Amino acid sequence: MGGTLVIAEIQDGKVRKSTLSAIRFAKQVGGPFAILALGAGVGAAAQELAGFGAQKVIVVDDAALKSYTCERFAPTVAKVAKDGGWDTVAVTASAFGKDLAPRVAVKLAAGYAADINLVKVDGGKRSYRRPTYAGNAFSWLEITTPAHVVSVRQTEFAAAAPSGGSSPTETAARAPDDAAAARVEFVSLEVGKSERPDLGEARVVVAGGRSLKEQFNQVLEPLADGLGAALGASRAACDAGYAPPEVQVGQTGRTVAPQLYFAIGISGAIQHIAGMKGSKVIVAVNKDGDAPIFQIADYGLVADLFVAVPELVKELKAQS
Amino acid sequence: MNIYVCIEQVPDADARIQLNADSTGIATEGVKWVLSSCDEFAVEEALRLREKNAGSTVTVLSTGPTRVVEAIRAAMAMGADNGIYVETPETADDNLTAKALAGALKNEAKVDIVFTGKGDEDQGTAQVSQLLSEFAGLPCVTLVLSAEYGASSVKCKRAIEGGAFEIVECPLPAVIGVENGINEPRFPSLLKTIKSGKKDVKALQMADVGVGDGDQKTRFKNFRLAPPKRVNKIRGGPVTQAKELVRLLHEEAKVV
Repeated sequence: MGGTLVIAEIQDGKVRKSTLSAIRFAKQVGGPFAILALGAGVGAAAQELAGFGAQKVIVVDDAALKSYTCERFAPTVAKVAKDGGWDTVAVTASAFGKDLAPRVAVKLAAGYAADINLVKVDGGKRSYRRPTYAGNAFSWLEITTPAHVVSVRQTEFAAAAPSGGSSPTETAARAPDDAAAARVEFVSLEVGKSERPDLGEARVVVAGGRSLKEQFNQVLEPLADGLGAALGASRAACDAGYAPPEVQVGQTGRTVAPQLYFAIGISGAIQHIAGMKGSKVIVAVNKDGDAPIFQIADYGLVADLFVAVPELVKELKAQS
Repeated sequence: MNIYVCIEQVPDADARIQLNADSTGIATEGVKWVLSSCDEFAVEEALRLREKNAGSTVTVLSTGPTRVVEAIRAAMAMGADNGIYVETPETADDNLTAKALAGALKNEAKVDIVFTGKGDEDQGTAQVSQLLSEFAGLPCVTLVLSAEYGASSVKCKRAIEGGAFEIVECPLPAVIGVENGINEPRFPSLLKTIKSGKKDVKALQMADVGVGDGDQKTRFKNFRLAPPKRVNKIRGGPVTQAKELVRLLHEEAKVV
């Protein structure tokens, strides 16, 4: 019958906002779609997901799925997709989606379009656009197998809004774990005590480079605090230990597209730009007026960041 | 332990990316190709594990056109013992690549652990670790920030969104995808660089590892370069600059 199976990302029984981007994708390509809610204690999440106009919400509620490991999740996703005849499996390219999708693709013998930022349907034929070479180029990708697995960029597929109505729910059983891989054990989840919004969901991101050295937090935090921003960092700053690796923005880190992005002391290596060029407004502060970051910034200050940032903090307070 | 590392050769970070004549990929002439900096972390992790387990070997695996042998030698210059290379087309997709790597691993007598980098600085898909583990029938943990290696399992800390970390225990053999920054990769030594040039890198064809053109499941077409943008550089002293920037953010961009 075809159609899209959207995999919901559920944590502690709650639907993560990332899910809504995969729903947006399903609506864009058209045709029927279902949402798969899998986990343990996902009843409330399934109810919430019923409000997005899906043909149905498929619920796999099983204690063994309490925490995510791809060895437990991937077989079930593949089974539900096969049993329902869904020809496309879509998930948002979060840490969860990026880990899960390739495994599902192999199980379905499907081609996988990873981290796409646009989809085009032309005479029933679909092309997926994705950034390559650190965002220096775009390429259009075609999948040559009947089944497609797709992960979509959260920053480029706006969260779908509830469309009212209530999709029927049906339950499905969990598939057996992978034989070779079933022994992967989820031990625990450590949640950081950050008061800041998540990088991927923040409206404003303040990111710093290596030149901040040990003063990374001391300089950037007042600016981030004033704007309710998330903190990010260049890879050089993370590799040097001035910022933790999980806040790295770039090709090999997180991809962000906030309303406002501050690049403070970041020269703008193409790998960094790849992770933030989708930001609506980019402000760059750098001593070197020829730094490549100015090629993609909207507003630039050629200035000593240790002077400019405190001044900016003062001025934001004064003009707010 | 028999330790394996899958690596990738990518264009140098400073390379100017241009398209080829029919826009099906990038122009490869004049591009400097290097060992992916993400994979240096994987190589380093493998070398450290070898140092803790006497009698272990580190074997580096890669696929692609013949030029990738240079990247294997770069990993050998860091200290890896052996290299294996499967010749695949320039246009091979991740599915074919991963299946070829898994096929090469299956040819080996005993595999205890396979390291991969976060990888994919070129296409940016970062999916080879998971695909390869599925083809090889091995468990896989990605985004590993730190790991404790036991005799038969490895305990991994992996970074997910929202400042949270998952702790996962995984039996060996397994595929461990390391996060950038898990360690500090060593520089290649001059002596090892010279020696690595003389070491054999085992060359395999696709048929040797049980893959064919039919394992290509996606096709790239129509590459486009991203368009440039114009910046408004704000002039003046620090106070003037700050005032003007905040004004523009309020009144023009309307984002604060």
